[in-house]
Amino acid sequence: MASHQFDNVDRSGSVSGPPSGGDYVLDRSFRGIAWFSAALILALVIYIVLEIGGKALPAISEYGFGFLTSTAWNVQTKEFGILPQIWGTLYSSLLALLLGGVFGIAIAIFLTQDFLPSRLAAVFRTIIELLAAIPSVVFGLWGIYVLIPLLRPVANWLHANLGGVPFFGTSLSGPGLAPAALVLAIMILPTVASISVDALRQIPYKVKEAAYGMGTTRWEAILKVMLPTASSGILAALVLGFGRALGETMALAMLIGNSNQISLSLFAPANTLAALLASSFPEAGPVEIRALMYAALALLAITLIVNAAGLAVMKFATRKFEAER
Amino acid sequence: MNANPEMMAAGTASSRNGIVMDCQLEKVFYGDFLAVRDSQVPIEKNKITGFIGPSGCGKSTVLRSLNRMNDLIPIFRFEGKVSYHGQDIYDKKVDPVVVRRYIGMVFQQPNPFAMSIYDNVAFGLRLNGFKGNLDERVEKALHGAAIWNEVKDKLKNSGLSLSGGQQQRLCIARAIATEPDVLLMDEPCSALDPIATRRVEELMIELKEKYTIALVTHNMQQAIRVADTTAFFGVDISQGSRTGYLVEMGPTKKIFEEPEQQLTRQYVRGEFS
Repeated sequence: MASHQFDNVDRSGSVSGPPSGGDYVLDRSFRGIAWFSAALILALVIYIVLEIGGKALPAISEYGFGFLTSTAWNVQTKEFGILPQIWGTLYSSLLALLLGGVFGIAIAIFLTQDFLPSRLAAVFRTIIELLAAIPSVVFGLWGIYVLIPLLRPVANWLHANLGGVPFFGTSLSGPGLAPAALVLAIMILPTVASISVDALRQIPYKVKEAAYGMGTTRWEAILKVMLPTASSGILAALVLGFGRALGETMALAMLIGNSNQISLSLFAPANTLAALLASSFPEAGPVEIRALMYAALALLAITLIVNAAGLAVMKFATRKFEAER
Repeated sequence: MNANPEMMAAGTASSRNGIVMDCQLEKVFYGDFLAVRDSQVPIEKNKITGFIGPSGCGKSTVLRSLNRMNDLIPIFRFEGKVSYHGQDIYDKKVDPVVVRRYIGMVFQQPNPFAMSIYDNVAFGLRLNGFKGNLDERVEKALHGAAIWNEVKDKLKNSGLSLSGGQQQRLCIARAIATEPDVLLMDEPCSALDPIATRRVEELMIELKEKYTIALVTHNMQQAIRVADTTAFFGVDISQGSRTGYLVEMGPTKKIFEEPEQQLTRQYVRGEFS
């Protein structure tokens, strides 16, 4: 630190002076705390990956990559594989992303593009954020007692009349992919909507003026100017929503049917990695726990890959639309 | 110049004296606040009409009334009429979107879209369903805005990657790409350095060969350099509020050298601002 104190400045009658020694100490300790906190986060992530990886190591050496492509989960014969769970995780999350993404972005447009008086829009934003406060298990119960009975006649009608379409290949007997994905979509909706709202609200007024000044209609302004301008923020919203859907556990364990099969049908029961972990851990013996650790590692890898890919897409969008940073 | 035969046909009748737009503003309100009153501002064809005056005099409000940009502000209310080729643009049967397609605008802050330089210029062309040679029109507009040489090798880069002065010229290219009838410029140089300002001023003088330009400027020297006609707006504080109004309008030389109104003389001498 520079120590010259400008002692030859005439300071009679002036209150200007150097910071005190205490100020410098505070400065340094604050920087230390900031560094420590940042390092702690990094260390925690690395620790979790190493810990789970270590616990999964015996299963990895025993089952190898076959674990990821096998469909068996049999404690008696010690055969374990998680392909149906990987499929179920990705399928349910993608469906949820599709539904939640479309509705979430539509809501964000509705709440930011002068469709509502600003005070009413603020009320709506609060309501959507409240949706995020509903516990997962409540969504699960709602799914079981309200959504599934509501869906069943629709699903069975679709199966009876359009059974040839792979998506409607089975009837809905109870829990299954469709109710799970619908609930998942509702659960990621607040994330997608509120982050998209922030992205759209951050667009400077001058951009809106430029769009209308070119003679755009409201839709042209939204579609051709506002959405591309907010694209990196909206992509971030989708990535975060997808990440949340991948890891969501309780509601899915209650609604998806926990059945180890791979089917395109929206009405067939399925399973996800998170649901498998939640429902199997409590009663698992040491052999199954090792396999579950491997499954946990796979889930961790999927979420990390998805988030990294999402970041890459966002970076690309930022560079394409908003110039090099 | 313009592709719309109906507008042009209507135009020949009413723009006999070379008046493209005749703004007969009676009152403009923002909510209950009377912002501008009693201002008749004719805009002549192929000339630069400069709007000058102290801050709060309503010169920007008047300019933005000419292509109904103020309609974006919900509490804005316009009384009077703006006759454009014989048609009042505030008539109920006129869609402001259509008005803005014929009357382009360049804003105070450069505001290119978050897309490539090429897409920025092609924006208006695509919006109007232009079916011809897009590349050619984009190049022509960039030439017209005197920025082609600087961007010709990086048309795919984002418009936001340019410097402030370049961004403003890109916005001018975007505005003239569709060859609008009138160009409104709202203090286009206020965010630019002196060199970029000089370039944009030279550009305005070139552009008036093809377009009719209305220019708001806070810089009197700029009005002297580029404007053919100058409108001086003042602020009336007699009613306890601040209401802008047109004090005097005439050839730029006359306004600056021998104005009729005492207030104009004081302003152009720099006695208040």
